[in-house]
Amino acid sequence: MERYYQPEIETASREQIKAWQDERLVKQVRHVWENVPYYRKKMEEKGVSPEDIRSSDDLHKLPFLSKADLREAYPYGLVAVPLRDCVRIQSTSGTTGKRVVAFYTQHDLDLWEECCARAIVAAGGTNEDVCQVSYGYGLFTGGPGLNGGSHKVGCLTIPTSSGNTERQIMFIRDLSATILCCTPSYAAYIGETMKEMGLTPEQIPLKAGIFGAEAWSEEMRQDIQNTLGIKAYDIYGLTELSGPGVSFECSAQTGMHINEDHFIAEIIDPETGEVLPEGSQGELVFTSITKEAFPLIRYRTRDICTLTRAACPCGRTHVKMTKPQGRTDDMLIIRGVNVFPSQIETVLLNHGYPANYQIIVDRVKSTDTLDVQVEMTPEMFTDNLGEINRRQKELVDGLRSMLGLAAKVTLVAPKSIVRSEGKAVRVIDKRKI
Amino acid sequence: MSIKQISVFVENTPGALYAMTGVLAQNKVDMRAFTLAETSDFGIARIIVDNVYAATTVLKDAGYVHSVAPVLGVAVPNEPGGLNRVLQALTDARVNVEYMYVFQGRQNSGNAYMIFRVADNAAAEGSLAARGIRVLEQEDIEKL
Repeated sequence: MERYYQPEIETASREQIKAWQDERLVKQVRHVWENVPYYRKKMEEKGVSPEDIRSSDDLHKLPFLSKADLREAYPYGLVAVPLRDCVRIQSTSGTTGKRVVAFYTQHDLDLWEECCARAIVAAGGTNEDVCQVSYGYGLFTGGPGLNGGSHKVGCLTIPTSSGNTERQIMFIRDLSATILCCTPSYAAYIGETMKEMGLTPEQIPLKAGIFGAEAWSEEMRQDIQNTLGIKAYDIYGLTELSGPGVSFECSAQTGMHINEDHFIAEIIDPETGEVLPEGSQGELVFTSITKEAFPLIRYRTRDICTLTRAACPCGRTHVKMTKPQGRTDDMLIIRGVNVFPSQIETVLLNHGYPANYQIIVDRVKSTDTLDVQVEMTPEMFTDNLGEINRRQKELVDGLRSMLGLAAKVTLVAPKSIVRSEGKAVRVIDKRKI
Repeated sequence: MSIKQISVFVENTPGALYAMTGVLAQNKVDMRAFTLAETSDFGIARIIVDNVYAATTVLKDAGYVHSVAPVLGVAVPNEPGGLNRVLQALTDARVNVEYMYVFQGRQNSGNAYMIFRVADNAAAEGSLAARGIRVLEQEDIEKL
C-alpha cells in the first residue's frame, strides 16, 4: 500500500495542479517585478510585463535565468523580501565557479522540509523509522534538507553528517538505522566497507536509502541495493531552488516526481531555448512558484533529462523526470564526440568492474586521449595475464561501442582511487585549451 | 601433489614492487621463488613461500589483490637434456605449459627445481611419475 506525506497534494488531479500553477505563477511574477530590480530589468529588456502572464501557458514569454545571472546578482541581487524576513542561507560548493548563495524565509524552509518529507515517505519512511543523515551539514543543502524532512515525518534522526565511515557504520548497527540518506558514491563506499567487515546484507538493519546530489547509473543502484540489502531511491534538487526534494523517486523507481505545486518544469532545446514537447530530451528548466526569499523564474539547470506525465503505479500525479542523463556542463567533448561520465560508468558495471573509477582526459600531440582508470578487484584477478588482458580488451570494446571512440583502460591497485564522502571527482581533464 | 603459488597484482610504477616486498619483509615471509610478469600498466608477481597462509594474510591486510593457484614443482635433473625430458613427459600427456620459472633450492643436490603452471596438473603429474621425475609437495618447500 503506497503511502504519501501529503496525499491531497501528491495525488491531486492534473486540473487541480494546473490551477495551483496558474495562480501561483501569476502571483510570483508580480512579486519579482515589484521587489527585484534585476528581474524587472530582464523582463523589460524582453518586453514582458506582469499583465502578459495570465496563466502557466504564458510561462514561455518570460526570460531565462542562468547561473551567470546568479553570479552577477551575487550576493543580494535576487532576494525578493526584506532581509529581516530571511532566516537562513545555504550555498553551493562553488566547484564550477563562484558560490551560489540562496536565501530562505521560515515559510521557505517549511515548504522545503515538506518536500523532503514527501521523499522519505515515498521511500517507505514512517515515524517508526530511524533515519541516518550522512549528507554534509552546513552550507551544503543535503544535510539540513533531509534532516528537516526526517523531523517532519517523525523519524528518529541521526545527524551524523558525512565522513568518519567507521562511526557511520557503528551508528547504523548500534541504533538499527533503517533509512540512510547520503550521496550514492558515499553509500557505495559505506557498503564496500561493511562488506569488508564481513557483514552480509541480512546483518545490516537498513531497508531503504535516499541518495542524490550527484549523477548515478541504474547499474550503480543495483550494486548498492545488493551490498546493503536495501531499496535505493533517487532524490533530486538544486541549492538555487531550495535543495534536495525538488523531485524524488517513488516505489516504482522509474523516474522522480517533481513537486509541481512548488516548481513548474519545462524541457528546452539547450541551443535555441525553444520549449520541447513532453517526452523530448533536453535541458531542464524550473520556475519556483512558492519561494518567497529567492524565487527563480525559468532557471536553466543544465541537467539533460526527459519529462513524462504517464500514469504512475504509485498513484502520484505529479510529472516525472528521468535521472539526469548528463549535464550540459559535465559533458566532455573528446575528439569531437559528446561523452557523459554516466555512459562510462554503465559500461564498467556491465563488465563486472566496481564503480570506483576515474576518467582522465588529456591532449597528446593535438589529439584527445581518454584513459579510464578502474580498480582491480579480488573477483577479477587471476594469475593468468592473458585472461586479464582479454577482459581488459572486452571493456575497451564495450566502451568503443557505447561512446563511439577508442579509450584506454588502465587497471590500478585497489583503494588507489580516492573515495569521496561527498560528491565524487570522476573526471580529471588535463587538456589546456 | 601440487604446491601453492601466490600471485599478487602490482601496479607498474616506481616503488610499487618495493612496497609489496616490504610488506613480506616486515612480516618475515621467506620467499623461495619469485617471478614477475608485466604489462605496460601492471604486473603480476608470482611467489612461492614456506607459509602460504601467513603470506596471504599479511598481503590481504595490506590491501593487495592476490590469488592462490596450484602449480607443479618439478625436480629437473641437473644435466644436459634434463629439462627436455620433463617437457617430453608433458608433451606426451598433451599438457600445455602456461608459464614456468626456476625455483632456487638451498641444497646442492643433483637437481634444479622448476615451477610449472600447466592446464592439467593431474595428467602432468602422472606422466612425470611414469618417467621417474620427482614432483614436489608443499612440505618439500621448506627442506629445499
